[in-house]
Amino acid sequence: MKKLLFLLCLVPAVTFAQLAVKGGKIYTMEGEVLTDGVILVKDGKIDRVGPASSVRIPKDYQIIEAAVVTPGFIDAHSTVGFSGYMNQPHDQDQLEMSSPIQPELRAIDAYNAQEELVKVVRDWGVSYMHTGHGPGAIISGQTMIVKTVGDHMKDAVVEESVMLAMTIDPLVSSNFQTPGTSAKQIAMIRSKLIEAQAYQSKMEDDDEKNDPAPDIQMEALVRLLKGDLRALITANRQQDILSAMRIAEEFKLDLVLDEATEAYLLTEEIKEAGIPVILHPTGLRSNGSRENITMEAAAILHKAGIPVIIKSGFEPYVPKTRIILFEAAEAVANGLPFEEGLKAITINPATLLGISDRAGSIVKGKEADFVLFDGDPFEYLTKICYVVVNGHIVREACDAQ
Amino acid sequence: MKKYLFLPLVICCITFGKAQEKPVAFVHAQIIPIEGNDIEDGTLVIQDGVIQAVGAFGAVQVPADAEIIDATGKVLMPGFVDTHSHLGEGSGGDRSSALNPEVRILDAIDPASDSFKRALAGGITTINVMPGSGHLMSGQTVYIKLRKNAKTIEDLLFCEDINSGICGGMKMANGTNSIRSEPNFPGTRAKSAAMVRALFTQAKEYQRKVNEAESDTSKTAPPRDLRMESLVQIMNGERIVHFHTHRHDDVLTAIRLSQEFGFKVVLHHVSEAWKVADEIAAAGVPASIIVIDSPGGKLEAMDLKMINGAALEDAGALVGFHTDDGITDSRVFKRSAAISVREGMSRQKALEALTIAGAKMLELDNRLGSLVKGKDADFILLSGDPLSTYSHIEETWVEGEKVFDRSNPEDRKFATGGFNVYRSNIYFHVH
Repeated sequence: MKKLLFLLCLVPAVTFAQLAVKGGKIYTMEGEVLTDGVILVKDGKIDRVGPASSVRIPKDYQIIEAAVVTPGFIDAHSTVGFSGYMNQPHDQDQLEMSSPIQPELRAIDAYNAQEELVKVVRDWGVSYMHTGHGPGAIISGQTMIVKTVGDHMKDAVVEESVMLAMTIDPLVSSNFQTPGTSAKQIAMIRSKLIEAQAYQSKMEDDDEKNDPAPDIQMEALVRLLKGDLRALITANRQQDILSAMRIAEEFKLDLVLDEATEAYLLTEEIKEAGIPVILHPTGLRSNGSRENITMEAAAILHKAGIPVIIKSGFEPYVPKTRIILFEAAEAVANGLPFEEGLKAITINPATLLGISDRAGSIVKGKEADFVLFDGDPFEYLTKICYVVVNGHIVREACDAQ
Repeated sequence: MKKYLFLPLVICCITFGKAQEKPVAFVHAQIIPIEGNDIEDGTLVIQDGVIQAVGAFGAVQVPADAEIIDATGKVLMPGFVDTHSHLGEGSGGDRSSALNPEVRILDAIDPASDSFKRALAGGITTINVMPGSGHLMSGQTVYIKLRKNAKTIEDLLFCEDINSGICGGMKMANGTNSIRSEPNFPGTRAKSAAMVRALFTQAKEYQRKVNEAESDTSKTAPPRDLRMESLVQIMNGERIVHFHTHRHDDVLTAIRLSQEFGFKVVLHHVSEAWKVADEIAAAGVPASIIVIDSPGGKLEAMDLKMINGAALEDAGALVGFHTDDGITDSRVFKRSAAISVREGMSRQKALEALTIAGAKMLELDNRLGSLVKGKDADFILLSGDPLSTYSHIEETWVEGEKVFDRSNPEDRKFATGGFNVYRSNIYFHVH
């Protein structure tokens, strides 16, 4: 009996069956902006969306309200949960330095759902992250898709193995003795992929006696060759971007260009090849291979007809993660149309990551992930009033954060 | 010898004298003078690099020969003062010592560095260029004005004599950056403080001997010692200490040291200011804070919060912002103020923190930080409210000369970046 009383005490005084979200402007990312709209949430999913005049809110629903509502944000490429905020050896799991090619490293074996930075980005509206092994090795490991909630990897994971994090950049040569040059990087990738092709053909032929000893590295690369894992290639200089495209073509890889600071010089080539780009944060530092970065990159890509997707990326120092809301805001301040700025952190990454059936816009049946603002989301003065993930309010504060 | 010492002074005067001689009047601007009320339809008159008049349109006499610039729709406010930046590609002390009071960053800066263009594009007209924080004392800082066509370091300075004058402050640091497992470096916080105390104690003795020799001709002055000399300047209140400090206890240690040796200190970064805001205010010590996207990145910044500006303002401390460029980008300096306002700081104090507060921290507020008659004609024109994400800095003026113009593609590229705009020159020091 005592136990029961104790349990009762844990239940909040007022419990609401479900949630209703009211917004002066709801950016559904599906057609027109909804003015004076209402979203009804049922069991963590969007149940109904419509104008306040036509959607009746049931009595027992908790109502939250703000001037502007957007879908929860989707960070197209982060290392949060792998690179921790202390920046000490024990919380830096994004890059294994023992060898430059390690596709067998799984994301699920490293993700820390309780990392402080997960909470930090969630408080800034991020409900989904594509995160995992970071840039800096030819192949540093696998990536995953998580929700920014859950105490353990298993609660957070949505897709446990989606891409191989690859890098074609002088950065690799600064991390490893070999490769020491760009050409050597490419030679090493090609050699490894040819080795994987041989492994694959032996495994797939009818003669079982021919089968090589099982090898987890080769198995991961076979998944890459089959398109079961996508090639997420971080490349900045135009020659490195072109190398990534050349390799993808040779081995028929499902390429996603990442960071791509000089993509604005290659818009025709990228558009023609139909390769998706996860663009660098707008305010990324212009050091090393990123020296030609421009804050207008997003606007230029958009004009060229390439969907803009803006990531937080990996940061080695302070700040340990960037905030995609700010990065999209700077892109908009530098010529990207307002709604394209919102798309860059909602529906566009959802489409790229193959989760647009469940996230990225506000439509019946999708997960109830929202961000509620007291004004223009891209104004630094604007406050985030609520963050909702899976129909739960995970942050409630129009005050200081 | 004297002749050579005099030379820089002459150069300074020539540079200064060349500043625009014909009066220029900006009319119909929305003026934020920082000191005094905002003016909806305002006029600013400048001449000889100095502000001649500021006021409402019609209430200000515009000289007959003035060039009139219609600034309708623009916001006009003082140029920003960045109290802590690493532009100019300079380094301070080396690894031979944790204490480098004799090292001057002004001897290491490239005055023609493109990195300064980033500051101008961000509306910054005055910078305290600092050596890094990997030492307890990494060297003398330098206060520079981003004047047009600067070729030599002298062209950028505030001080009149580069060798005998005091051209900046002193960079100090505590906490984890200056703790190193190398010879001559401290391994703990207590040792860090002890090494600083020992040095200042030594400098006090030097100071005593110098004073003694001055008042008593029978005593000989100690041989000139560059290290001791700059420490004496600090203890005399002529050179300000700019103290990198993050954790709450390190902040209090910096204050304690300043009180023991009687030096003027400006706290820098102050990640945990929100924990000790009252103590900072009670000590009457100014705080120059950095606004960063996320906490951590290093142990001593784990508890960094964006409420620091508001907490310090509420406590009554003088608050300024800095870029710490390349940690944050000079081009988006104004966002520090906007984010701090969202986190509870008043608009007025946040705008002051970009301008007059920084000027006070460098003791240059007689010349900088507000649009007041007689101050340097350093100002910016914005396309809209300074706290809006969408507002761009359209023009930056230093001492009456336009040094950045966004409508000119040659300048605009420094605001946006692009192919071959900046060399790969970000000074990314361990911080």
